[in-house]
Amino acid sequence: MIKIKNLCVDLGDFLLYDISFTVSEGEYFVVLGPTGAGKTVLLESIAGLYPIKSGEIWLRGKEVVRLEPEKRGVSIVYQDHALFPHLSVKDNVIFGLRLRKEKHQEIKVTLDWITDLLSISHLLHRKPETLSGGERQKVALARALSTKPKVLLLDEPLSALDPETRENLQQELRQLHRVLNITTVHVTHDFEEAIALGHRIAVIGEGHLKQVGTPEQIFRQPNSEFVARFAMTRNIYLGEAVHKANGDNIFRIEGTEFVSAADTEGTCHASIRPEDILISLEPIRSSARNCFPGTITGIIDKGATLYITVNLPPDISCLVTRHSFEELELEEGKRVHVTFKASAVHLF
Amino acid sequence: MIRKWITTNRMTLTFVLLGLVIFLFIVVPLGKMILASDPAILLDTFLDSEVMRSIWLTLYAALIATAVGCLLGVPLAYLLARANFPGKRLVEGLIDIPIVVPHTAAGIALLFVFGRNFMVGKAFGAIGIQFVDSMAGIVIAMLFVSIPFLIDSAKEGFRKVDVRLEKVARSLGASPWQAFFRISLPLAWRSIVAGNIMMWARGISEFGAVLILAYHPMIAPVLVYERFETYGLDYARPVAVLLIMVCLIVFIALRMLVYQKEK
Repeated sequence: MIKIKNLCVDLGDFLLYDISFTVSEGEYFVVLGPTGAGKTVLLESIAGLYPIKSGEIWLRGKEVVRLEPEKRGVSIVYQDHALFPHLSVKDNVIFGLRLRKEKHQEIKVTLDWITDLLSISHLLHRKPETLSGGERQKVALARALSTKPKVLLLDEPLSALDPETRENLQQELRQLHRVLNITTVHVTHDFEEAIALGHRIAVIGEGHLKQVGTPEQIFRQPNSEFVARFAMTRNIYLGEAVHKANGDNIFRIEGTEFVSAADTEGTCHASIRPEDILISLEPIRSSARNCFPGTITGIIDKGATLYITVNLPPDISCLVTRHSFEELELEEGKRVHVTFKASAVHLF
Repeated sequence: MIRKWITTNRMTLTFVLLGLVIFLFIVVPLGKMILASDPAILLDTFLDSEVMRSIWLTLYAALIATAVGCLLGVPLAYLLARANFPGKRLVEGLIDIPIVVPHTAAGIALLFVFGRNFMVGKAFGAIGIQFVDSMAGIVIAMLFVSIPFLIDSAKEGFRKVDVRLEKVARSLGASPWQAFFRISLPLAWRSIVAGNIMMWARGISEFGAVLILAYHPMIAPVLVYERFETYGLDYARPVAVLLIMVCLIVFIALRMLVYQKEK
């Protein structure tokens, strides 16, 4: 569907070089990388909105490097939605259809279909400035999908939203993809977002692609220091969530059971932020529901703070200050206890 | 109480006083001239066909200059707002030169290109347009001295339009022309209109360059000057008052129109 070969783009300050990957029909492909890694420019190159230095871009078996953006059938949604401020929601959504000189009847059918799908029918006569962040992003999505593009490009679509809206819209994106099955390239700097949405993930950094693989491959077998730093300083697990008879919500992974405050069930991901985990030499009696013994298997020194990997199993990464690190005399092989609250276990 | 207010708001007070001085400096001479005029003489002047003809000529010529400036200046403003090319700063600097050049000097410079014996003047002469002592001369003199205001204002307007709006439009199927006319132009519209008004106003008030290039037919500022030189202050003043009043009415009306549309 999309094939990028040896793409090289000049960003002024640095180069994106040697970018090659393919995205198959209907795939949800996530490009993950730190802010300023050139992710937006990569998307704009695919859309034909940014001139490339060299390389090939193939869409549906056609080389498109010289094709104008309006003829590529590629829609883009930006982080800050980029709605046309002088047009109503309706006129924003049907902008592309009007350009094609479609008949009124056809435009109306598409408008009804897309606004129903995203539940924004009640907003049609509003101006973008009166909408909430989540609503704006939905309108931007509707506008992008109205032309029935072959490829949907999403540039950090969730980053400008508050956490709750972000979660809802993330669900919505997944749902939308399930319904439309449109080939999607989504760029983000958020590891969890990438894991939650991506069929496959490409990690980009220092000007080129570091690794392409399934979410599990990325966080289980990082192939470089760069990817590892992205993956290992976070705790993300694929396991089984179940409700227990006593009302507890349990996430099972490698024989260990984390208590979670979330009420998801079935196979899912769990994440625990390293800064939410306490390390102690003795078990702690507290209100925190999760307390496990384990052995230190790795230490990543970041200066003022350190990431301590403790094998329970599974491996869990904990953030400690240098002061605690020295006071507890932590070292590889040492037996310790880790403690964290049920509310720190995020299921998705 | 008052003393306390003064001590806590010393800066505001100082700024108000300083501001008041310059404000009065602008308002008092104009106000006095208008208020001190004898209505009967004003009416006489109003009925003087030479005066009215010159005022209309001024407004009309400035309008044509603005239309030409808009057609040629807006595309350039867009380029300057969007494109990066070597020497862009230089181009921007050169465009603003008419603002700083003495306008009589500008008139002489124009004469050297548009005069009967010079290249462009000759070319236009061949198709029956000549610039010296003609309406066309008035228009190009006004165009020259006032175009920077339009270009600068339109450029700022385009600069404030997020490039990504154009990019989204392109990805939705818009050609570069369609993206410009449906997105960039409507969004920069206010700045462009403001630039047009500024340019027109600057054109109406032009004296020096027009004087050199086309003393006749007489635009209002030239007429004021001529009456002052030949007959003295009393004869020049009513014409000046009338010109100011016409300008004020037109600009207030335009401003109201623009702001009303905004709401």
